[in-house]
Amino acid sequence: MVIRVQADRFDMGAELNAFAAAQKGAGAVVSFTGIVRDLASGDLDVMQIEHYPGMTEKALAGIAEQAQSRWSLAGCLIIHRHGSLAPDDPIMMVATAARHRGDAFAAAEYLMDYLKSRAPFWKKEITAGGAAWVQARAADEDALNRWSEPD
Amino acid sequence: MIELRYFAWLRERVGTGHEQVETEAATVADLMAELSQRDAGYALAFSDPKAIRAAIDQELVDMDAPLAGAREVAFFPPMTGG
Repeated sequence: MVIRVQADRFDMGAELNAFAAAQKGAGAVVSFTGIVRDLASGDLDVMQIEHYPGMTEKALAGIAEQAQSRWSLAGCLIIHRHGSLAPDDPIMMVATAARHRGDAFAAAEYLMDYLKSRAPFWKKEITAGGAAWVQARAADEDALNRWSEPD
Repeated sequence: MIELRYFAWLRERVGTGHEQVETEAATVADLMAELSQRDAGYALAFSDPKAIRAAIDQELVDMDAPLAGAREVAFFPPMTGG
């Protein structure tokens, strides 16, 4: 399990190759990459991501441990950036490796669902006209409920 | 003495990211009520308790969590990671 919280840009291809190469015996690798999405108006200048140093790393490690206890994983990777990002920049990625694809897909979705509303990150969108904090979506909170049911 | 941390719009409204307080508040909710009495910025920051999340010593907690033994308490809006 690898957790990285960083300001620097990352190369999703290189990260995924390195992750996959380290998973011996895994027949399936799944990854998701989150990208800074421009506003519908097309005028997003900067997405600022604030986080809670210390708690962020602990929360991500806790989420990854839950995923590992729930599914049979060979490994998992979480990278999340903070600071000032531009449209189309990669924000974060998760990757999971397992013997079969079912565990890898499910664990990757679980990591994403928890990371969106249980890891202490806050996004702010900055345009020439001003700045606004991104509101949490009820759908993201609802997404957690599906994991509370037994499989 | 408890170290308080604020993030995102809570930080902007109270005007600082961290401060130290002496408090006799028993729970997180009591501490919020106490802080909201300070001035207009704090009152605005804590005006909608349902929109606020809290952590004690970097673990998410409910608003009725006791403060006994807490070293660091953080207040922030719902998280928007990913």
